[in-house]
Amino acid sequence: MLPAVAIFCIFYIVPFIWVFQLSLSDWDGILPTKSFIGLDNFKEIIFQDASWWQSIRNAGYITLIALTLQNALAFLLAWACDREIRAKNFYRVIFFIPPVLSEIVVGMAWRFIINDVDGANIINRMLVSMGLPQLVRSWLSDPKTALTTVALVHSWKGFGWGFLIFLAGLQTIPRELDEAARVDGANAWHRFRKITLPLMIPVIILVAILTVLGTMQAFVLITSLVQSELAGHTSVPVLRILALMRDSSRFGYACAQGITLGAILVIISFMQYSLSKRYRQV
Amino acid sequence: MKSAFYYKTKKVTLNLVIHLFLLSVAVTCLYPLLWMVASSFKTQETIFRDISLIPRQLHFQNYYLAVSESNFGRYLINSIFYTVSVVLGIVFISSLAAYAFSRLRFPGRNIIFIVFMAAMMIPIPGSFVALFVLLNKLHLRNTPLGYILCMISVGLSMSIFLLKTFFDTMPRELEDAARIDGCSKIGIYRHVALPFARPVLAVVVVFNALNVWNEYVLALIIFDSKNLMPLQRAVMMFRGEFLTNYPLLMAGLTITALPIIIVYLLMQKYIVKGVTQAVFG
Repeated sequence: MLPAVAIFCIFYIVPFIWVFQLSLSDWDGILPTKSFIGLDNFKEIIFQDASWWQSIRNAGYITLIALTLQNALAFLLAWACDREIRAKNFYRVIFFIPPVLSEIVVGMAWRFIINDVDGANIINRMLVSMGLPQLVRSWLSDPKTALTTVALVHSWKGFGWGFLIFLAGLQTIPRELDEAARVDGANAWHRFRKITLPLMIPVIILVAILTVLGTMQAFVLITSLVQSELAGHTSVPVLRILALMRDSSRFGYACAQGITLGAILVIISFMQYSLSKRYRQV
Repeated sequence: MKSAFYYKTKKVTLNLVIHLFLLSVAVTCLYPLLWMVASSFKTQETIFRDISLIPRQLHFQNYYLAVSESNFGRYLINSIFYTVSVVLGIVFISSLAAYAFSRLRFPGRNIIFIVFMAAMMIPIPGSFVALFVLLNKLHLRNTPLGYILCMISVGLSMSIFLLKTFFDTMPRELEDAARIDGCSKIGIYRHVALPFARPVLAVVVVFNALNVWNEYVLALIIFDSKNLMPLQRAVMMFRGEFLTNYPLLMAGLTITALPIIIVYLLMQKYIVKGVTQAVFG
């Protein structure tokens, strides 16, 4: 008990408090004195820092794709696996392989597959063989496609989590409900809409909360996938925080950005959570 | 009137469509990995010409180079060492704490527990900045101990939550029996509670092992010395040095990814269990 509290206090509570403290100061990480500057850091973030808002927009875009595409895919797969079919376990094992890999491995392997204009690029090869050579490009370097490519790789890595949670959720729905509806003559679509979907809404919202929290803070995948992450079009908030600390030594400002992002996330999660509460009452 | 044949055909077609869908996603999941492993056996000359998943010739030279010249053996040992130490630390500390939360009465118990749980929910994206400052002050930066302690702290909340939920459902009669037989509190924890919690402990071990093995951010801010770096960090540095040597890079990636895939395949039932438990209580 005591060691847990001790380690937890030193390595979690203290940093937690320091983040707030530092966010109100201007400090380069080396000088013994920190100058207290009040809320100036936050003013700068909100009113002057265009690149910060750009990074939030980028992360928002990736999150949007993750919320729609990734979670829809996860739900469909879970729904397909939640029935009497062969090799159910085989699929389940395979779908969770991308999530157990590190973001570094996933990023570098995918970069190798999709970035070269010629050579090993499988997508470009497919485009050429389909007679669409004009679409061939360097997917991760081209500013037009870089962010979407990042989002798709992120979804590839992440859908396994949603799949597993949805599957666990679907298995809690009593089979008798479905059977009863079938006897009453409801077709598959009706049963899905009137039974499965309403019962799954809390789970769907939970997955949505986890997706938002995970994706808005994701950045390791982007570092390993894209070479010049800070070029703007693929920069995300946590990358900016890291760069502020390591390259520009603006510790206070970095902490202020962290808190701003944290606050945004807490607000979004809370909104999603109250939404799920409302559904549960209905 | 629709015949039995109609229904049968319909069912078979539906199953076929579902399998096609599932199979295509499964292939998409595996393809990059197979590609990575295959490429690690090719050479710089053949890698762009031979795009098959099964290389015509197996070249082991990349692995030889990775281990002998790029020090990958060292990084592998580092990663194993960090993972084992952190997991042992978490299992020891979190099981004691969870047992105390579940069975002992002490002032402030609920508040401390709530704080632990809040840590699991509240995101602080910039906390690594403060952690960096803290470790500098404690002279723990660039040391294995600093990294291990930080990683233990990262895994504690979730592990305590899983174990406490389990201890709460454990029948008290077991402990009463042990107490009557003259067991001390620590004795009950060691001889009754821990063996009983083995399935949950497995979940805790697997999840934390995956987490530590794949960790990158803290390794990035804590380590300066190459000799101390774990694999994830090393492989990124490696990319900076050998940007275009794809076969060598893929060999490094395979060394990094393979242990975790093996552990996952052996322990996957605990992962499913862990997710179910963490989400649905």
